[in-house]
Amino acid sequence: MKHTLEFEKPIAELEKKLDELKSHEASGSLSVSFQEEIALIEKKIRDTRETIFSNLTAHQRVMLARHPKRPYTLDYIREVFDHFTELHGDRLFADDRAMVGGFASIDDSQVMVIGTQKGRDTKENILRNFGSAHPEGYRKAMRLMKMADKFGLPIVTLIDTAGAYPGIGAEERHIAEAIAVNLREMMLLEVPILAIVIGEGGSGGALGIGVADKVMILENAYYSVISPEGCAAILWKSSEAVPQAAECLRITADQLKSLKLVDQIIPEPLGGAQNDVSAVATSMRQVISQTLKQLGSMGVSDRMKARYDRFRAFGQFIES
Amino acid sequence: MTEPVDPSESKLKTRALPGVETREPSITPPPSASDQTPLKRPKPVSGGPRKRLMPEGIWTKCPKCQETIYRKELEAKLNVCWQCGYHFPLTAWERVSSLIDGDSFVQADSEMSSVDVLSFPGYLSKLESNQQKTGMKDAVITGLGLLHGRKVALGVMDFGFNGGSMGSVVGEKLTRIIESATEQSLPVIICSTSGGARMYEGMFSLMQMAKTCGALAYHGREKLPFISVLTDPTMAGVMASFASVGDLILAEPAARIGFAGPRVIKDTTKAELPKGFQTAEFLRDHGLIDAIVPRKELKGRLAWYLDCLMASRDAAQA
Repeated sequence: MKHTLEFEKPIAELEKKLDELKSHEASGSLSVSFQEEIALIEKKIRDTRETIFSNLTAHQRVMLARHPKRPYTLDYIREVFDHFTELHGDRLFADDRAMVGGFASIDDSQVMVIGTQKGRDTKENILRNFGSAHPEGYRKAMRLMKMADKFGLPIVTLIDTAGAYPGIGAEERHIAEAIAVNLREMMLLEVPILAIVIGEGGSGGALGIGVADKVMILENAYYSVISPEGCAAILWKSSEAVPQAAECLRITADQLKSLKLVDQIIPEPLGGAQNDVSAVATSMRQVISQTLKQLGSMGVSDRMKARYDRFRAFGQFIES
Repeated sequence: MTEPVDPSESKLKTRALPGVETREPSITPPPSASDQTPLKRPKPVSGGPRKRLMPEGIWTKCPKCQETIYRKELEAKLNVCWQCGYHFPLTAWERVSSLIDGDSFVQADSEMSSVDVLSFPGYLSKLESNQQKTGMKDAVITGLGLLHGRKVALGVMDFGFNGGSMGSVVGEKLTRIIESATEQSLPVIICSTSGGARMYEGMFSLMQMAKTCGALAYHGREKLPFISVLTDPTMAGVMASFASVGDLILAEPAARIGFAGPRVIKDTTKAELPKGFQTAEFLRDHGLIDAIVPRKELKGRLAWYLDCLMASRDAAQA
């Protein structure tokens, strides 16, 4: 079933009309031809799509980033990497299915790939906790990253989470510490690290696997300190302010790029990544292999210093 | 900056401490019912340089035991109610003077202040009103000073400044003082109190989490100690960064500490929150922090911990 977002409705209506015309045409029930009208509507659809998708608001991009048909981490892993072999568990408490990770290869080189994973349907979402990891997810990620570091494998992380899970068990097992330790330890890993925000970059839960040498983002993904909903509730005390909050927070790929908070944008087809997964995967594969080559050519201490300096530079203030 | 005094003096002082095991009974009674609705706790007053914030009068009421107390006496007792042990908040400056010897504190980056980097509606006026209210430029004071004669790098947050939220200034000042400590081989102590990252600076605020943790990573790599002191409340982006990576993590009694806000957790899980959830005592009982330290013992305890953590360095230098 096709899923239509609110702002895509004008396109959906035109498509419905087009289908009607086409079925009349095919059945020959009316003895006139609609070829001309069909061509006209097809053009109108193309124009409307072009207009809508080249003028997306921040809030509309957030909706696209959360699109139920949007490719998730494992979809990209399948398309981009070869021989993915999942590894499980944090060796302490559980295997958090909201965080996946394992060996894979790209360009015949082995890498460690790790990412937050959402579910496609209700059943899988219960298993994946809607992509919101518990402490054990972040600890599993760190376990795999430390192993990668020990054996010299570059790390690729794919980020797609509304945030770390706000739950009782998560607090009891110290979700804050699990994330904080990752922030500290990722800074000291000697291997190259590339992070790609593929959908939702939800605050600390995203950053918990996001301390990388290079941080890329898909065109319609977002990365934010707080969800637009959370920000609207706190600052405007109204859910009607969500689009405004989304705009003010500067969370879209192009805004983040212009603030130098991300290094590169990976383009998506018109309407979003769900319309052509393999096209996005092809660009992603190129970006990953180029970036890993470039990072791999640096000396360890240079690379680590550059990573430190990358994050060290963030922040604006005056001193007078 | 005064030079540290003879380390032997520091050891003497340590030995003179009223015992290192003066912690509260290891299982403190569960927090009273009033602790169960943390966000509704009455807004307490504080002394020190922010006097004009306080209601008129020479008395104040303890929000926990309702005792009417003499404000001057309260200040003399580090803002701790001597009837029930309730810890009133401290301003950053009150905390600094409660921990640092005499006038040995040398503030760093005192003039650093925030800019409205995203042109976020309302941010500039918010900054201005917080600066007027607190007399501070932003939500943290950093500097070097002596603690029982030992030179330390100190960062102290102030909840009164926009809920102690961390934006670029908080992140930068902490990072700089940690980097100074790494260069000068000093221990770091950070007393946190914060609602989390500062929304008004968007992703720049989130990045301060990685920045501060990165500075601590390199500080720790030199085998220098970092002690994190959690005070009421320490939540969200601050808790999920530097505040949680101390070699030692201490908390003040009854401090609210956590990642997600209790209301968010309740709304998400539709579950009743356990008794005492997200309090210092809850964290200690779940094995998440090293100790709860009453305010009046904090300075002595920090000195002793640093004597332990710095012992081999001190010996090498002697």
